[in-house]
Amino acid sequence: MIRVNGDPLAHVPGMTVRDVLQARRFLFPLVIVKVNDQTVPRPLFETFVVPDEAEVWVLHLMSGG
Amino acid sequence: MSQEKATRTDYAANAKELKLTHRVLAEQRFEQRLPHRGYNDRYLSIDLGTLSIEEKPVTPQMKDVFIGGRGFGLWLLWNAVTPTTRWNDPENALIISPGPLAGNTAYSGSGKSLVVTLSPETDIPIDCNVGGFFGPLLKFCGYDCLEIRGKAENEVIIVIDGTKGLITIEEAPIEPADSHIAAEIFTHEYANDEKDLKNVSVVSAGKGADHSRIGCLNFSWYDVRRKGVRLKQAGRGGTGTVFRNKHLKALVVHGVPLKGDMNDSADYDRALKVGRKLHKEIMEHDDSQCKMRKQGTAHLVEIMDAYDLLPVHNYQFGAHPDTPKIDSSVWEKRFTQGIADFCWYGCTMACSKGVDLYTLRTGPYAGHVLTVDGPEYENAAGLGSNCGIFDPDWIIESNFYCDSYGVDTISFGTLCAFVMECWERGILNAERTGGLELNFGNGASQLELLHQLARGEGFGLIAGQGVLRMKHFFAEQGWGEFDFLQDIGMEVKGLEVSEYMAKESLAQQGGFAMANKGPQHDEAWLIFMDMVNKQIPTFEDKAEALHYFPLFRTWFGLNGLCKLPWNDIEPPDNRSTDEPAKVPEHVQNYVELFSGITGREITKEDIIRMSEGVYNFQRVFNIRMGKGLRENDIPPYRMVGPVTREEYLSREERYDGQIREKLGLDPGEMTLEAKMDVVRKYREEQYQKLLDSVYKRRGWTLKGVPTLETLRTFKVDFPEVVAVVKPFLGGESGPLT
Repeated sequence: MIRVNGDPLAHVPGMTVRDVLQARRFLFPLVIVKVNDQTVPRPLFETFVVPDEAEVWVLHLMSGG
Repeated sequence: MSQEKATRTDYAANAKELKLTHRVLAEQRFEQRLPHRGYNDRYLSIDLGTLSIEEKPVTPQMKDVFIGGRGFGLWLLWNAVTPTTRWNDPENALIISPGPLAGNTAYSGSGKSLVVTLSPETDIPIDCNVGGFFGPLLKFCGYDCLEIRGKAENEVIIVIDGTKGLITIEEAPIEPADSHIAAEIFTHEYANDEKDLKNVSVVSAGKGADHSRIGCLNFSWYDVRRKGVRLKQAGRGGTGTVFRNKHLKALVVHGVPLKGDMNDSADYDRALKVGRKLHKEIMEHDDSQCKMRKQGTAHLVEIMDAYDLLPVHNYQFGAHPDTPKIDSSVWEKRFTQGIADFCWYGCTMACSKGVDLYTLRTGPYAGHVLTVDGPEYENAAGLGSNCGIFDPDWIIESNFYCDSYGVDTISFGTLCAFVMECWERGILNAERTGGLELNFGNGASQLELLHQLARGEGFGLIAGQGVLRMKHFFAEQGWGEFDFLQDIGMEVKGLEVSEYMAKESLAQQGGFAMANKGPQHDEAWLIFMDMVNKQIPTFEDKAEALHYFPLFRTWFGLNGLCKLPWNDIEPPDNRSTDEPAKVPEHVQNYVELFSGITGREITKEDIIRMSEGVYNFQRVFNIRMGKGLRENDIPPYRMVGPVTREEYLSREERYDGQIREKLGLDPGEMTLEAKMDVVRKYREEQYQKLLDSVYKRRGWTLKGVPTLETLRTFKVDFPEVVAVVKPFLGGESGPLT
């Protein structure tokens, strides 16, 4: 189990940051992701593996008119 | 629907002949000049009743306190009207003001004009931020703003010709009012030749503005690549309605050719330096961020759907299975790609997308082939999903006719969603709508409603009065219970809500309902920070956000800037900053831009202070007009929580969880009605607590009145301003009661 923005999400071994974003349907591109307080650069979203029991924060910026 | 490739319909072939039919009613010579450090220190005041054309000074106090743009507009409007003035009185002024940074070509998004007038929808000032070339060209004729008062006897145009140093008021009886034609014809009438077309800009509103309270203004620019006129809208609150009520057919500015730094900046290199940095950032990163250059704000459609924020069926729901039919991939294919779609020179963001060679299917221009500007996100959501319409062709067609008729797409979308829900619930029927079947998803009926509105006929005439007046009218007719209509009619202060679901974000409910002009998202958009990021959990956190963001965004309107280059693109290292939501590097860019152009050194804190004076002044202006107190900041319940059983059930898990966690009750033991009642009570109490916190942070009393100390701090404690608030204050600064 991990927590994403404070809410629980089932952990899947090998799941990446991108998998977490997709599981939450977080489609917005301007996000900052922290895994256990470590900021993950966007180019690494596809490869950065999220460990079990991780605390993940997905900070959405703003957009639109 | 397949589109036959055809040539664009030509409206301007006989433009020069039409110009010969004009009759000059008044004329005034003037000295064309360029600004110094962003200001001309004079503005143009025209009274259409007396046909007077006057130059008036922009005082140092105006620049110091009101900065420009929206600030100038509010100050001039304050001086023009009294507490009893209404939108259609001759003394109501309509002001167009570009701001001190407007017209620079160094920094993306620097060509905006602000329109301010008393709104036919709200009876308080409305302000709109609009692109197109009119504001910058006006400024480079030598005026910081244009104030229009009075009413003309017959339909007139105002022509400000910087190349001749001549201002005229002319009767122009023959040209059509609808904007896609009027802008094209007047542009060709006043340009000297083909190369000169880009130096002419036209402001107009079409027939829809004649018969409704939701008229908008179209600001044109000539697109040299498409060889046609494009339009941007000052959309909200009925600016076009005021314009047409003054018997204005068009404003025409013919500017001098552009070159270099026409603002005569104090240190233009500072503007160029941050401008180049932003250009590079946009070019390198937009494709992997918001894709503004390819999709414009339409990129938000599927994002809002994914977060349950896309308004569907009059804001009942936040997502729909058919959203992929109108998502950004659809619009990217429809929009012409590879064209620099800026609405002012130097904007790399270039998000003014358009659908070219579109053949209209309905209405008076059926069969015409033209460019449709947009759709932008608000149009796709308002005319589309909110009305249950997921056919891009209906959305494009409605978008076109709204613009050409001079009708605000947001208000029309929201009021159409409202009448469609009324139809579905039996409040309206064919007898009451004159035969229009206004069920959700009926694109043909939406278009017919719009055509009726433009003709001033049938149910369209009623709908064009807006949601607030329809609620009262329907209840008076005995068609529905007022309380229910109040709950589902999405307006605050008389203005229709723009196209986001705020139900699960208390901060955004405040962002909408406390907004000075009415519920428009350009004051604050806090849904992600609040609902998704959970960054602002306490009332104090929300109040801080509802202090900073509305004020930061106000500043764009003071200076003639677009908001989009602030946070629709971000520097690669933004994630490493202390406050990434504010995009600190871009904030510093604005500090450099303002200081470099005006020579007035500012800090990032000054940005907020500059806005705070104008914002508080506008709040007092609202109070002066009878609509600026706590009771005017209350949203309809549809914005706050589930009005109907279906809405509750669509998010049952969320609402049940709230009952369990926040109220300590067991939803399993409660009926649906009981659960709805306790959720409503809880959410409405939360909103009241939010008001308390925000008012305190803003330096207002609990009635929502700025204290004398607040007015003094921001140098807007003019005697006439103090006189407005004093009756609401108990003592010197007023108790917090």
